This record gives sequence, C-alpha cells and structure tokens, in this order.
Amino acid sequence: MAAITFDHVSKRFGEALAVDDLDLHVPDGEFLVLVGPSGCGKTTALRMLAGLESVSEGNILIGDRVVNELSPGERDIAMVFQSYALYPHMSVFDNLAFGLRNLKVGRVEVKRRVEEAARVLELEPLVGRKPRQLSGGQRQRVALGRAIVREPSGFLMDEPLSNLDAELRVQTRAEILKLQRRLGTTTMYVTHDQIEAMTMGDRIAVMRDGILQQIGPPATLYSEPANTFVARFIGSPAMNLLPAALLELGGDDQLVGVRPEHIDFGVGDSSRVSFEAKIEVVEYLGDEQLIHADLRGHALLAKVPIEFAIRPSSVATFNVPDEKLHFFDGPNGAAVRRRHPCR
Amino acid sequence: MSAVAVGQSARPHGKLRSLRRVSARVSVHLVLLVICAIWLVPTLSLLASSLRPAALLLSSGWWHVFDSPSQLTVANFRQVLEGGQLGQSFVNSLAIVIPVTAVTVLLGGIAGYVFAWLPFPGERLIVVVLVALLGLPVQVTLVPVLQLFSRLHLAGHFAAAWIAYAGYTLPFAIYLMRSFFRRIPREIIEAAQVDSASAVKICLRVAMPMAAPALASLATLVFVWTWNDLLVSLVYVGSGPDVAPMPVTIANLIGSQGTGLELLAAGAVISLLLPVAVFFALQRYFVRGIVAGAVKG
Repeated sequence: MAAITFDHVSKRFGEALAVDDLDLHVPDGEFLVLVGPSGCGKTTALRMLAGLESVSEGNILIGDRVVNELSPGERDIAMVFQSYALYPHMSVFDNLAFGLRNLKVGRVEVKRRVEEAARVLELEPLVGRKPRQLSGGQRQRVALGRAIVREPSGFLMDEPLSNLDAELRVQTRAEILKLQRRLGTTTMYVTHDQIEAMTMGDRIAVMRDGILQQIGPPATLYSEPANTFVARFIGSPAMNLLPAALLELGGDDQLVGVRPEHIDFGVGDSSRVSFEAKIEVVEYLGDEQLIHADLRGHALLAKVPIEFAIRPSSVATFNVPDEKLHFFDGPNGAAVRRRHPCR
Repeated sequence: MSAVAVGQSARPHGKLRSLRRVSARVSVHLVLLVICAIWLVPTLSLLASSLRPAALLLSSGWWHVFDSPSQLTVANFRQVLEGGQLGQSFVNSLAIVIPVTAVTVLLGGIAGYVFAWLPFPGERLIVVVLVALLGLPVQVTLVPVLQLFSRLHLAGHFAAAWIAYAGYTLPFAIYLMRSFFRRIPREIIEAAQVDSASAVKICLRVAMPMAAPALASLATLVFVWTWNDLLVSLVYVGSGPDVAPMPVTIANLIGSQGTGLELLAAGAVISLLLPVAVFFALQRYFVRGIVAGAVKG
C-alpha cells in the first residue's frame, strides 16, 4: 500500500489540454473518488496514473517513487475497467492468475491467492467457467478479483459499475467499499455519477475541463461548495442558483444558492429569508414531492415533505434558513464566505 | 366490442404478413439454390467425367452420365494412382503446402498484431504498400523472381516454392489479421499491460488465442490456394518427379493432342479431396473468420 501523488500534472493531446496542472495527494489507504462530467479529464488522470497515457508535465508518485517512465506492469497497481476487460479465452481461474504468473509468483502461492479471492468474492463455483458463461455481476466480480489477487499498492477503478443495472449497482457499491475497507488499499475511483461519489468516497475530487475544482469529504463538498459548478454538480436535485438581487441579498453579479431540500413553506422569522413564487408543476416522489416554481422569471426547485398540500398555479410563500444560503461571486462563480452581504 | 373489432381486422393483416414473410424466405432460398447449382456444375462434371471411359467422354457430354450408369468405371482412378506419379506428387504438395501455411499464419498473425497494436514510424506507409501489393498480378513477378532464384540456386527446389508462396500470400495474411486484431477491445490489451504482461506475451497469450477463428480461416485459405496453384509451382519448382506438386503432375496427365482428359478428371478429383476435408474440418471458423474483419461488433 502506498500514497498516490499528482504533482502539478498536465496532459496535452495536441493543442487540447485534457488535464491542467492537477495537484492531488491521496494518503495511504484512502478511497478517493474523481468525479466530473464526461470529458472533464478524470479518466485521463487515472490512465496517466496507470501508465496507459504519458504525462505531458509534472510528476506522478506512487509511494515516494516517481512512476512517470515506468510501464503499467511495473507500477504495482491494479485496474478495474468499465467493460471489465476479462480475457475471453481464459477461465475465471486463469483470468485471476494471469497477473500473478506474469510476476513469476510460485504455483502454490498463485493457487492460494486465487482461491482466497474467489472465496471472498463468492466466485468459487465459477472458477472453471469462461467469461461468456457469466452474468454481468459475476464478470464484475471477476474483474475485482483480478485486482485484489495482485495485492497491489493501489486500486484504480474506471466507472466499474456503469454497466450494471440499478439494483446490482447499489449492491456492488457496498461490496467494493467493504472490500476496500478490509484491505485498506489506496483507491482512486473514477465516476460521472455524483451519488456514487457521495456514497463511496472518503474524499471527492471534482473536475471540470481538466481543472480540479474542489477536493474534500462528501459533507464538505455538499455544505461548502467552492464554486457554482461544484454546488450544482454535488447534490440531487441540483442547487438552485438565483440572482442575489432578486432576493435583495446582494448585487447584480452575485448569485445565491439554495438547495431544494432546504426550502420550506410559509413566512419565516428573522433568521430566514422568505419569498413568493408561482407553483407550476408538482412531482410526487412517494415520501416527498418536487415543486417546480417560477420566481419572477427564474426556475426554482423545492423538495418538501408530502404533508404539504400544494395546488399547481397557486402562489406560495417559501423560506430558507439563513445558514443554508450559499453566496457566489464574480464571473467564475467562486463561493464567498459572507452569509449576508446586505443585512 | 372495440377489442373484438380490432381482433377481427388484425387477423387478415397478420395472415398476409406471415404469407409475405414465407414467400420472401422461399424466394431467398430459391435464389441460393440456383447459385449453389451453378457453382456445383463444374465439380459435378469433373466427377462425372472421371467415372466415364475415354471413348464415351469424347463422344458425348458429361450430362449423359445418367443415360448408361452401367458404363461407369473406376478404371481412370486406378490408372492414375498406379501408373503415374500422383502418390509422390501428393507428398511433394504436402511438403510445399504445410510449411507455407505454417509460416504464413505465424508471420501474418504476428505482423498483423504489430500493425494493429504497436505503432511505429512509417507504419501507415507500409500498410498502404501492403494493400497495393494485394493488387499486383503474380505474372509480373515471375521472371525477375525466377532469375533471382536461379542465381541463388533455389529454382527447382521446395525452398523456392516456400519463399514464393509465403511472399505472395503474406500481404493478404497481414492485412486480414491486422483488421481482426484491431477489433479486439483496447481495454483487454491494457488490462494485460497492467497485469505486467510483456508485449510478446500479450501478443502470444492474449491476442493470438482470441484470433483463433481468423487464424483458422487464414490457414484454410492459404492451404487451398497453395494446394491448387499450378502457375507458381510450374515456374519456380518445375515438373521434376521429386518436386512436382499435384497440379503440375495432373496437368502433365493430359497429352499434347488433348488425350487423357479422363485421367485429368480423375486426378483432379483426387486432388480435391484434401482441401475439401480441410475446409469441412475448419468451416465453423472459416465463416466466422471471414466476416471477422468486416463487421463491427
């Protein structure tokens, strides 16, 4: 096991800058999720760490060893691919054993480690089968098994759950977490799914256009987003961003962020901001309801308990606690600390 | 009520559709049968001619074979097998075809993998040259290559056939295998790299086994082409009894006056047997392999 460091790493494809000055440290044993929309550079960063992509600038370290010039096989890492990338002509046993045999591990030890991985992942009855004879979930477990038998310094996972159906995804998410906690292997996990990021990561690194936007524990990213991009990317449904002037909370170039789940009904007290909006559509979610409203030409989304009886086309008064308001400033939408610029 | 009405109006439509489907299928099968028949006629005529006495062969067409089934004879086969050098030629053919097939499949496989997955400077240019070579008529090369072989004292030996056939078939082999290897998902090759496998190991242990269908179809094609080819063998190896392969010997069965047509037919039928056996043994792979490079998957 080892820490992973990106020391001012950039990657160019011709003129295009896929990763821009990425500076990131993953401590030993941490589960870091790299999240962002497609094309944000997260997979490129992971592939550079794996050695499948060269580094244009900067250094990548695994432990205290600079690995820029090492081949993927020399980096002591294991990778789980989106498509699983199992060897179709080999049995499950041989798929698991392939990496160990390449490292010239003795036959007895190979057998021991493969059987141990098969036991942990409940693959024992399947070791003689070929990948085409397995279900999607089983293939996924073989791909995980291929990573853990190596006992590597780091796990690299590139959207490993995106080919599974919703139910299996939730189940496998928990399995991966349990496995990682038990082994304590430093893990870098790439996904575009913010829910996956929130539920799995010790810390989350949000990327956009090749630039790291913010890194921190899930709760910090949720409660203290560094800018409007992170604010809208983390949390579901996404945060409402409204002109501060509209709520008389700031100037023209400022934005106020309000999470839909922090909006309440009725006139508040002095510690709350109140405003009226016209209700357009109500979506029933079972235990909650999503309210689409119009606040003087700006769309507003609120998530409120089912107890409130709400009629579409009516005008309702909403309120938000002061401490739940987020303020963003300037053209890049950076968060500003002050809670009440105008009060 | 409306459900019944819908049901009633839907039924004739359904019938019409299934009738249309059946008639479409029948017409496709008819066309296929006609094409098969056209393809089979020459082979059937060869078989019929090989079983008829020389006199009949010259006096009436092969389709009269059904007029007098009692006159069918295996004498032609007996004469060819006992009198001629067909046995030795069979061995000579194997001595040429097996090494050529093995070398072409091995080199074509490895080179195809290199062109598909290990980019190097000038690779595209070489691929363009390879494709251009596919269109080069063999006849253009005969004289210069024969001169070269003569200078190297290779003409008239098996080695000349090995080099020549491998040379003529390798551009196709490399191109076919390159197309196949390019279809292997990148992630599988990368997974093997992360699994600490060397480039040679990835080629031989990961890519080659995945290419087994393409390699089998390539082997079949090279085997059949080389086995049947007369021109290249005739020019580079010649008709010496120690070296002449089947096509050369069979061609010599026919006299300068056009006599011995029945012997030629019998020899050709014997010569057909091995390629047909090879084809049937590998046909499962053959069909899969030929579409392999063409269809994305």
